Parts: sequence; structure tokens; C-alpha cells
Amino acid sequence: MTTDRKIRVLAAKPGLDGHDRGIKVICHALRDAGMEVVYTGLRQTPEQIVATAVQEDVDVIAMSVLSGAHDYLFPRVMELVREKGLSDVLVIGGGIIPEEDIPALKAAGISEIFGPGTYTKDIVEYIRKNVKRPGG
Amino acid sequence: MFDKEKTARLKQRQREWEEKTEAKLAKAPERQTTFQTLSEIPVKRLYTPADLPDLDYEKDLGFPGEFPFTRGVQPTMYRGRFWTMRQYAGFADAEESNRRYKYLLEQGQTGLSVAFDLPTQIGYDSDHPLAQGEVGKVGVAIDSLRDMEILFEGIPLDRVSTSMTINAPAAVLLAMYIVVAEKQGVSSQNLNGTIQNDILKEYTSRGTYIFPPQPSLRLITDIFAYCSREVPKWNTISISGYHIREAGATAVQEVAFTLANGLAYVEAARRAGLEVDVIGPRLSFFFNAHLDFFEEIAKFRAARRLWAKLMKERFGAKDPRSMTLRFHTQTAGCSLTAQQPRNNIIRVAFQALSAVLGGTQSLHTNSMDEALALPSEEAVQTALRTQQLIAYETGVADTVDPLGGSYYVEHLTSVIEDQAMEYIRRIDELGGAAAAIEKGFIQKEIQESAYRYQKAVEEGRRIVVGINKFQVKEPPPKGLLRVDPRVREHQVRKLKEVKDNRDGQKVAAALARLKEAAQGTDNLMPPILEAVRAYATLGEICDTLRSVFGEYTAAAIV
Repeated sequence: MTTDRKIRVLAAKPGLDGHDRGIKVICHALRDAGMEVVYTGLRQTPEQIVATAVQEDVDVIAMSVLSGAHDYLFPRVMELVREKGLSDVLVIGGGIIPEEDIPALKAAGISEIFGPGTYTKDIVEYIRKNVKRPGG
Repeated sequence: MFDKEKTARLKQRQREWEEKTEAKLAKAPERQTTFQTLSEIPVKRLYTPADLPDLDYEKDLGFPGEFPFTRGVQPTMYRGRFWTMRQYAGFADAEESNRRYKYLLEQGQTGLSVAFDLPTQIGYDSDHPLAQGEVGKVGVAIDSLRDMEILFEGIPLDRVSTSMTINAPAAVLLAMYIVVAEKQGVSSQNLNGTIQNDILKEYTSRGTYIFPPQPSLRLITDIFAYCSREVPKWNTISISGYHIREAGATAVQEVAFTLANGLAYVEAARRAGLEVDVIGPRLSFFFNAHLDFFEEIAKFRAARRLWAKLMKERFGAKDPRSMTLRFHTQTAGCSLTAQQPRNNIIRVAFQALSAVLGGTQSLHTNSMDEALALPSEEAVQTALRTQQLIAYETGVADTVDPLGGSYYVEHLTSVIEDQAMEYIRRIDELGGAAAAIEKGFIQKEIQESAYRYQKAVEEGRRIVVGINKFQVKEPPPKGLLRVDPRVREHQVRKLKEVKDNRDGQKVAAALARLKEAAQGTDNLMPPILEAVRAYATLGEICDTLRSVFGEYTAAAIV
């Protein structure tokens, strides 16, 4: 792969939550920042998300959950990420996530959690700095 | 509204005053070179009668309770009785939510508003694989009539009005409510309440759809027809701009897309053979109360006036009740910040005040901690007290539409009405709301507004206190409500008990009849009621309908 390959991001909505304003705003912002973004749409199972990540050969999975189901869904996605050998994919999450839940999510392998009020430019910067296969 | 000659003279004077003021700006500049509302409507320095040259009092404002209802839907408004104070609540299981409802009623709340969890809203039982992690999280889990019986245990259904935020499976939850009432000895003729039952905005903004648009619209019109005979006081739909706004729409888009959806429902009902004056009076609406105070008040007034005109002119409604836009309001969840959560109390108070000054029929005030988690009991109490303070202490409820005649508010009311009507014309050209949604038009418009707003905040053009100004370092919040993760096990156990103790043959027969009705054209409410009475589960009933109607899959539009 060449080094000028754009960072590829899978923006995903796991579970049944229908709040997609945040993830769509992030899709626009990441695209404006020069990344390639694939958006899953609503109601994705962890299995579907990881399968899409493999198929689309993404560098980043960015998930959003505002229903409170992150405690089940995020760790489940990480399990599958490991099963599929995607250890070089950066996985981040966001939504309505109580601070006390964050340590467990990080322990499960989610690199960072972004809460309400986060600037999209901070997410862009975080991805650029932490992507494990920069430029592919 | 104003004398022509006087207005001309005033215009001249206003121009002179503007020039004089502009001349001083070099020395004492204004805070910004231009001002605009949250929805990007330009705001002038001053409004006078000269800004309302065409306003005709009788035609454009009229009297409360009379066409075009700009000033309110009832003649006495809150002098008669206050708006219904209705806090949206529900979490975990029916037992826990029943306790919360009784608490809220004890605290002086005057109506119930049921929040269902996502599996319930999407027609899955708690033991469905897709329900994992979601049971009881954003609302109460209801799997069968048994849960509904527990939910309203000890709450007399002839004495409360109940609003249920349920859309795709609205017919099933309404049927459960009717049967619970029957068991309490309350006739469906005496039930008061609302089901949201607004599927079109689910496709664009809220996401809890099940079936494709056409069968969904049939379920909705079946409910309209059934309730017009059997549950005549029920508000059979709550056409919701709330979620459209939360998804990022402007005030103008909120009015436009909500009323466009309303038009689509009226058209569907007419195609199903229902007269506009049969269904018109049972339509209700649901709006957002956002941050821009005067814009919001104007928005409510504009929505009322525009809907009255559309019902009268487009559909030939004769009954004034068909023309009245009655609405519930919730303060803007998306305006709450996780940072310095106590600031949210103040935001909510201003938003609630705008809803009251805009003439709302019922109101939910958000709790300060809702950007962090489901509201705690203490936070809910403060939210409810905010409404009670407005009602009992501020005096704003003592006269009807106190801001009517404000040059600025009347100007904004007209601008919002005109711009919303412009959108409705574009949607008409696309073939109506359902077609505009299929083409992705409405989704794209909302997304663009959401992104524009986010950029304005990040670039510091919009100030959000605690986010891009006046930030503080603060410890993580304490005392947040957590849903017990064992709720799912409890639900699954109850579900099994129900299935073990019911008459399986009766259930199978009821579901077979439902399937047959779905394949034909009979009204679906009677077979759904029969299935509910036999303790068929929500998932079983929805699966039966899925087998005939199929499922909607949304294109991921970004």
C-alpha cells in the first residue's frame, strides 16, 4: 500500500438506538478532514459491524450508542474484532456514556470514548494521531 | 393593522433613526456585525409597526379559540386550566416504572407519559437476540398484556390521561391499554390519552420503524378508523417535530416537515375513506422548545396558523376542531450539556417558558442530568417544579398569548410561516412527505442543518455556555440513575411464565386471524385486540405482521 492512502473509517450504529445526528455530523467532519467514511446505517449487530470492517478494509471503527446499551455492545464488538484478527484497527466510541463506565470499556479494548459536547476536530485529531496503520 | 399614513410616516422616521444610529456605530459598535436567530433568520436592531405592513389583525391573528388560532386553541387558555404537566418516564420493568408513575402523580404531575425501551418500540420481545443490552434501558420493557397490567396497577385509567411514545407497534400497545382499562371496568369510550403513532418521522429522525411506509400508513389509518368509533377521546396520533428538531433541523424545518407529515396522514386517511372532520379533531402535535426564546414562541404560533389554513383550504375542513393544532412540547434534549449539568435547569426553564408563551397544551421539562443518563428522581422533581413555578408564580398564564402584538414576535411568526410553507410546496412537488423521505430530501436537509450548527459552535460563532465559553474543570457527576442489568433476566422469566400459563391454541388462532386480516383489507385493531387478550406477546404479534408486510430497511444516507 502507498502512504498517501486515505484513512478509512467505518462509522457504525450498533444496537437498536436511532439517534444518528451525532454519527452523521462526525461522518461529514471526517470526510471534510480528508478521510474516507463508510456509514453502516442504524441497527447493526456487532457481527455485521465487524464483517463490514473486514470487507471495507478500514483503519478505524467509530461507534455511537445513546441508548445505554454500550455496556454490552462495545465489548462485544471488541471480542469479534480480536476474533477476526483486526488488532491493527483503531476502535473508538461515543454517545451518552457515564464516566464510570469508561474504564471497563477501555479495558475491553476501546481506545477512546467521546461524550456529548466533543468537538469533531478533536476526534479528527485523535484518529490521525492514534490510527495504527497511518496512511494504510 | 396600523393606519397606512401613519405607517408611511413611521417608516420615514425609522429610516432616519437607523441612519443616526449607524453613524454612531464606529465609536460604539454592536457585539456582532449581523444578528440571526438559532435558525439563521436575520434579526434587525428594532421592530416597529412598519415591519408588519400587511398584518391584518382579524385575518392573521384573530381571537383565541377562533380561526386561524394564532393566539391559541381555546378562548381562555391557561385562565381555565394550566397545561398538562406530563413528564416522560419509564425504565427497567413495569414494576419499577409503576412506582415512578405513582411518585410523579403524588408530586402533582397531571398526566402520564410512557417511555418504552427500544425492543418494545421495534416489536421485539425481551428474549430476542437483538434485544441484548437494550432491555429496560431507555424505557420500560413491555412484552405482553401481563406487563401492561403491572405498569398501570393501582392507577385508575378513567382519571388520568396517558401519552405513549410508541410508533411502529402503536396498535398493539393501544390494544393492551384498552384491555387493561376493560379489566379495571373502564370503557374505552372514556379513555383519554395519546399514542405517538407517527411513522414518517421515524424514517427521517428517530429510527424505530418496523414495516415499510405503505403498510405502516394502513396501520395508522386503521387506528384512526377504529378509535373514531370505539375510543373517541383518544388522540390517535402525535405528529412530531420534536425528533426532527433534535436530529438537527431548524425551527422552520421543524414546522415544515411536521406539517408535511401531517398532510400525508390526512391524505392517507382520506384515501381510506375517512372524512377530514372525523379524523381532524383527533390529530395532535408534538414540538420541541429550543433555545432561541422568541423564535420558539413565534414557531408555535406560526405552526398553529399554518395548520389551520392548510386544513381549511387544502382539505375543506368545516369543523373548527379539525383546524386547531393542539400540541405537546418537550424542552430540547440536544441543548443540554454534560458539562456543568446544573446549567441545564436554567436552559430548561427558559425553554419551558417559551412553550407556555407559545400556548402549549402539555409540557415535559427535561431533567438536568439527561445528557449523562436517565433522569434521577431528584432531577425529575426539579424539572417538574420548573413548570409549577411558571404556572403558579410568574403570572405569565393569566392572560392569553401575552406576546401577541409584539412587533418582533409577529414578524418572526410570519417569516416562519412563510418559509415553512415554501418547504411544504417543495415537498408537494416531490410527491408529498412519504416520497420526499424516499428520495432522501428531508434527511439531507436535516443533516445539513445539524452539521452547520456543529461548525458554528466549533468555530465559536455560536456560544454554548460550558462548552466553548465559561468552561470549568469539574469532577464526574454523582448519583446518576443506572438500570439494573438483571432487568433482562427478570423480563425473560416473566415472559416464560406468561407463555407457560396461557392457552396456546387460543394464541395460535388469534395470530392466524391477524395474519389473514393483514393479507386482506379488514381493520387490524379487532384481531390485534383478540391476540392481546389471549396474551400473545408483542414480538409474536409484530412477527405475524412482519411475515405479511416485510421490514423496512433504510438507506444509509450521509
